[in-house]
Amino acid sequence: MSENIKKFMFVNTKAPYGTVYALESLEVVLISAAFDQSVSLVFCDDGVFQIANNQNTEASGMKNFSPAYKALGDYDINKIYVETESLEERGLTLDNIMALTYEDEDDDWAEKSSIIPVTRAELADLMDEQDVVISS
Amino acid sequence: MKFTLLINEGPYQHQASDTAYQFAKAALAKGHEIYRVFFYNDGVNNATRLAIPPQDDRNITENWAALAKEHELDMVVCIAAAQRRGMLDADEAGRQGKDADNIHPAFRISGLGQLVEGGIQADRLLTFGD
Repeated sequence: MSENIKKFMFVNTKAPYGTVYALESLEVVLISAAFDQSVSLVFCDDGVFQIANNQNTEASGMKNFSPAYKALGDYDINKIYVETESLEERGLTLDNIMALTYEDEDDDWAEKSSIIPVTRAELADLMDEQDVVISS
Repeated sequence: MKFTLLINEGPYQHQASDTAYQFAKAALAKGHEIYRVFFYNDGVNNATRLAIPPQDDRNITENWAALAKEHELDMVVCIAAAQRRGMLDADEAGRQGKDADNIHPAFRISGLGQLVEGGIQADRLLTFGD
């Protein structure tokens, strides 16, 4: 690993369609994959709704960009932390979250889940390890 | 220390750009380096050369432009966020077949890679916004 590799964490705290933050954060994440950095994502607070199953935006006229999260695995972005307290506070469980996966090149390309449930306290420790945290 | 600043909110509606400007001024006065100022989300609106704030108020775009001139700051406006919001420089207006452009010459338009690269090169990346 080159000494120039930094740990980037993108923290998503807002619901997907009320504001543009979720969509434009995803755009940064996809670009960051081209820079060979260590990239992880966090979904907490209302941000957990960004990766909720079965999104349908037809009635609101918004573009449903949630299928794009499924491409993250292809970009080698496979550390997707979901804060468990945020799920519980909103009456959600991991069953309500999209099955985001990646193919593990070190394990004969086995398909594995990118979703990592973490507690609020664990998330604080993870943030402490990062070089760059970008939240919206 | 070397900083990259990320500004995510538009001018006047929100204090983010003012706070970032004050931070940049203070940091430069203390001898720190501003590697890049990156404007994203509604923050791209800080780059308009057409705003006319009341004369007794600050002019945020001109403040940034003056600071950039004094310290040779690299101020970058995200092209994707800018296009969505009708922020164009002359080149981009020509390419897109639009009859006007509105980006102040102190700013340049470029891609999101400039934000990631700013995060890699700086000691700290600071976000100004909600």
